[in-house]
Amino acid sequence: MANPLKCDLCSKPATVHLTQIVNNKVHKVDLCEACAQAKGVTDPSGFSLADLLVKASLTPEAAAPSGLRCERCGFTQADFKKHGRLGCPACYDTFRVLVEPMLENMHSGTVHAGKVPHRALERKSLYDRLTKLELDLTEAIKSERYEDAARTRDEINRVKQAFAEKQTG
Amino acid sequence: MDIGALIAAPSELTDASGSKTAIVLMTRIRLARNLSGHAFPGWAKPAQREATLSACRDAITATPQMKRCFNLGVDDLSELERQILVERHLISRELSGSKSGAGVVISKDQTFSVMMNEEDHLRIQVLRSGFQLKKAWSAINDLDSALEDKLDYAFSPTLGYLTACPTNVGTGMRASAMMHLPALVISNQMEKVVRAVNQLGMVVRGLFGEGSDASGSIFQISNQTTLGEAEEEIIKRLQSVLQSIVEHEMNARAKLLEADAGKLCDKIGRAYGILQNSHLLTSGEAMNLLSLIRLGIDLGAFPDANRSVIDRLLIEAQPGHLQHARHEPLEAGQRDVVRAGLLRTEFANFARPDFSFAKGA
Repeated sequence: MANPLKCDLCSKPATVHLTQIVNNKVHKVDLCEACAQAKGVTDPSGFSLADLLVKASLTPEAAAPSGLRCERCGFTQADFKKHGRLGCPACYDTFRVLVEPMLENMHSGTVHAGKVPHRALERKSLYDRLTKLELDLTEAIKSERYEDAARTRDEINRVKQAFAEKQTG
Repeated sequence: MDIGALIAAPSELTDASGSKTAIVLMTRIRLARNLSGHAFPGWAKPAQREATLSACRDAITATPQMKRCFNLGVDDLSELERQILVERHLISRELSGSKSGAGVVISKDQTFSVMMNEEDHLRIQVLRSGFQLKKAWSAINDLDSALEDKLDYAFSPTLGYLTACPTNVGTGMRASAMMHLPALVISNQMEKVVRAVNQLGMVVRGLFGEGSDASGSIFQISNQTTLGEAEEEIIKRLQSVLQSIVEHEMNARAKLLEADAGKLCDKIGRAYGILQNSHLLTSGEAMNLLSLIRLGIDLGAFPDANRSVIDRLLIEAQPGHLQHARHEPLEAGQRDVVRAGLLRTEFANFARPDFSFAKGA
């Protein structure tokens, strides 16, 4: 071959080539020595190619609009692909289309079911209230109750503001 | 900062003789937490790292759990001191190799440690000797709640605690147990166990976490997933997996005794002889020999009280601790001499093995 295979993670020449079948799908990955070591590929027991593929966003399902950038911290989609970690908490919103399918693969569920911190609890109640108000608004518009709709919209704005204060505070 | 005081002080891992148990050496839980509105440590600029470090440090040192704590900055620690903290499972290898603006606060009894600016702003850890998952959870839950009063955690109603790596999002919790599984190793069943454990959503690693080997037949078993299940559920599941591994190890020990007690006694007796008389011991060999002596204790060849001696030596025979004890840097070859010397001294007064447990087997 004219072009030797390059490492999927860092583009150095690949020396480790892996094929794994997960859910009847064949996944192939080529890695250089260093990345293979770092990802624990040399330890077959604790290694899942699926995880690696997900981390490197190599799965075809993860194909999503490219060029996303977090307004809060400047982290880009390319950075995410390179590091496998996010830039700041707000990145979870920015990169939602990328992160959500990853989470489905990684975890046993997609919605948090554990501990909730008190402060966040206040935010959560505002969030729940917001969701409810937005439903009310749609409902009001649908049934042409425009006075109700206007009132609901004002209320939504107030809750949004309170929510934003909690978020940054 | 000299961490001599920390090493000299009694600690959960090296001195908790009361709760030492067969098979499960220690229980550990860590929580990953981040501050709302701040870049994660790996992406933050140096000034931002310093800012989150000092905010976290103030909050941590003010908790009752951290009264009279060790408050350490990674920059102020020598390479050797960092290595010692890694060997004591108080900091991770990642923190030990991190850039400036990182640190750790360790409680006086060394059961709690909170790393700052590792992969996440906070990595809260609790460590208990023996099999104490529920107690460990309740202890770390309290510390986490105390911190939450002072720090605004990054939290999403749907995704839970937001972490730098999506693999930790949700509870941010990794609960693990360090297990001593010599009979499963000797009878070549570990591979089978690892596969089964993986299918149950748990991970098996070596003594020092990701990528480390399993010398001394010591393994870390922990939950893999963090999203979609409550902490108590994860712990309950892990608990039952661990209990079933304990049973398998016990069965494997019984089978080894039944099939060839002589061979098992020979291994233990030889380990004893080598530890008493050798002059060169690598870290890996020392771990394997100590592991066999610990198995001997579980089987009744040595008094139960000696279990805590072995657990202390498993830590003191590590490269960092050896060099600290000698007050000088040592090459690998010199360390093997010093290690063998330390173990000769310790085993000079160690009870002789009593193999009567194997009679009639």
